[in-house]
Amino acid sequence: MALTTAPDPTRRGPGSDRAHAARRGPGSIRHSEGLAGYVFLSPWLIGLMGVTAVPMLLSLYLSFTNYDILTPFSEVEWVGFANYERMFTADPSYWHAVRVTLTFALVAVPLKLAAALGVALLLNRAWRGVGLFRGLFYLPSLLGGSVALAIVWVNMFNRDGAFNSLLSLVGITGKPWVNDPDWALQTLMVLAIWQFGAPMVIFLAGLKQVPTELYEAASVDGAGRFRQFRNVTLPMLSPVIFFNLVLETINGFQGFTAAFVLSNGTGGPVDSTLMYTLNLYITGFTDLNMGYASAMAWVFLLAIAVITAIFFSTGRFWVHYSDGEDR
Amino acid sequence: MVAVNPAADVPTPTVRRRPGGRSLLRLLILVVIVAVVLYPLIWMVGTSVKSQEEIVNNIGLLPERFTPGNYTAGWSNFDVSFGRFFLNSAMVSLLTVIGNGLSCLLAAYAFARLRFRLRGMWFAVMIGTLLLPQHVLIVPQYILFRTLGLVGGDWPYLPLLIPQFLATEAFFVFLMVQFMRGVPRELDEAARIDGAGPYGIFRHIILPLSRPALVTTAIFSFIWTWNDFFRQLVFLSQLQDYTVPVALTLFIDSTSQSAVGPMFAMSVLSLLPVFLFFVAFQRMLVEGINTSGIKG
Repeated sequence: MALTTAPDPTRRGPGSDRAHAARRGPGSIRHSEGLAGYVFLSPWLIGLMGVTAVPMLLSLYLSFTNYDILTPFSEVEWVGFANYERMFTADPSYWHAVRVTLTFALVAVPLKLAAALGVALLLNRAWRGVGLFRGLFYLPSLLGGSVALAIVWVNMFNRDGAFNSLLSLVGITGKPWVNDPDWALQTLMVLAIWQFGAPMVIFLAGLKQVPTELYEAASVDGAGRFRQFRNVTLPMLSPVIFFNLVLETINGFQGFTAAFVLSNGTGGPVDSTLMYTLNLYITGFTDLNMGYASAMAWVFLLAIAVITAIFFSTGRFWVHYSDGEDR
Repeated sequence: MVAVNPAADVPTPTVRRRPGGRSLLRLLILVVIVAVVLYPLIWMVGTSVKSQEEIVNNIGLLPERFTPGNYTAGWSNFDVSFGRFFLNSAMVSLLTVIGNGLSCLLAAYAFARLRFRLRGMWFAVMIGTLLLPQHVLIVPQYILFRTLGLVGGDWPYLPLLIPQFLATEAFFVFLMVQFMRGVPRELDEAARIDGAGPYGIFRHIILPLSRPALVTTAIFSFIWTWNDFFRQLVFLSQLQDYTVPVALTLFIDSTSQSAVGPMFAMSVLSLLPVFLFFVAFQRMLVEGINTSGIKG
């Protein structure tokens, strides 16, 4: 698992490396390996500096300026905390975007994970059809993030779309859901939940690792199916649930494409799909307010860091790592 | 897929149940879910071959009269043909595959096999960048690439491709590190005794044995780049440079109902490569996501 993988046990601390290098002196195998290490690492290091670190620092600097792309750098004005002040005190649409994003993540992520776990439990038996079902359920996760599918989705929930056709079969007259401020975001949530296949596959792998003896022991103790699920499956699966929860939440905060397509890049109708990243894009690239957009980006980064930290600190209380389980 | 996912091929020791009422019910539920999951996709394909009139009036999944005209209409709906957009997308995606494969393999070899100062620190930094949202970096990256004169130039794809040749997709570096840790170190030792240095070991041991990890990387980076929208939207501004996702959004601007058929036709076409990849590499994709789970 990406977040919990232990470092390579053969690795030595920098201190011991230095001691060895000093003892052997230049020209030794260790020395040439150290050099080779940096040769092989150099593209990554250049990327880290040029594409990640320097832009991050630049972004931090810009967040204290009123930079728009049109004025030359020499005339950029330092505005102190004005961007942050504006964000927190004088920009209702910013807070609206925060609310939209939180609502989206708080509703869509748990439902998506519940769907993923439920279907994984249905599939978790050795039988012939599993591979086919697993693949079909996974397909939306591959296609769902694309512009093409967002276009299909928007039309599906439009006036003449498939959803209203289905409703009309049972005598309900639908409406253009995507144009209704009370419903537009919900259609995007359904799109997110529809892509439950990726976490489902991870749940399936986790379920395979639960030792069957535990179920046998539980059933000897008289536990029914529900008790077995509660007392064996859930605790054994908690590391995988945790992993999926962290990843899906972080991904959920970054939803952009579908909201952009639904609203043609505006966050409408009536700002109901103004996701944080869409708001950031509009501020930076439509209004060219790049200083302010940089401040938004930094708050976003800090918020994600804080939320991840909260996940990890609460994880101690409900994530159960058994011995020998290293996923 | 040695080592990357040791659990995938272990058969579950569950006893196969006799087909009874319970498993029949389970199968029924699964079939219903499959129908719900596939419905939008089938509707998409069906709509793409419906006439304008049928799109409004025929609520069935499939058209009464097969109308392939949407495909030709969509193909040349804009001043630049969709062929050009597909070529642009293919070029960006294939170069991304090459860039990711090369640069991530080099970085992964250093992390997995070589000992050098600060390796632990750099590895932690690499893991840290795994969760870094691209939206945070887009504004300053845009400014930097624009200052370097690379935005909107004769060949505006450099801002999309340069990061991919510098191993910035930490996910793939991590995937390859995990893979290489499963390659027996005895092979390195044997090569070293034969006089191979770090470069020789890379060339003759790690590179050939990393083929499975390279294939996984190639498939995922192709699909993700093909589907990517955000960066391409930001960096591409001329119609003839557009990739397929950016071009598709042009359909949204034209509000007229008559564009729905062609828009669906081009949407279907744009998903076709991903779908073919899915059909060809289904097992590998599912197990690749299994390994590391990131994105989807």
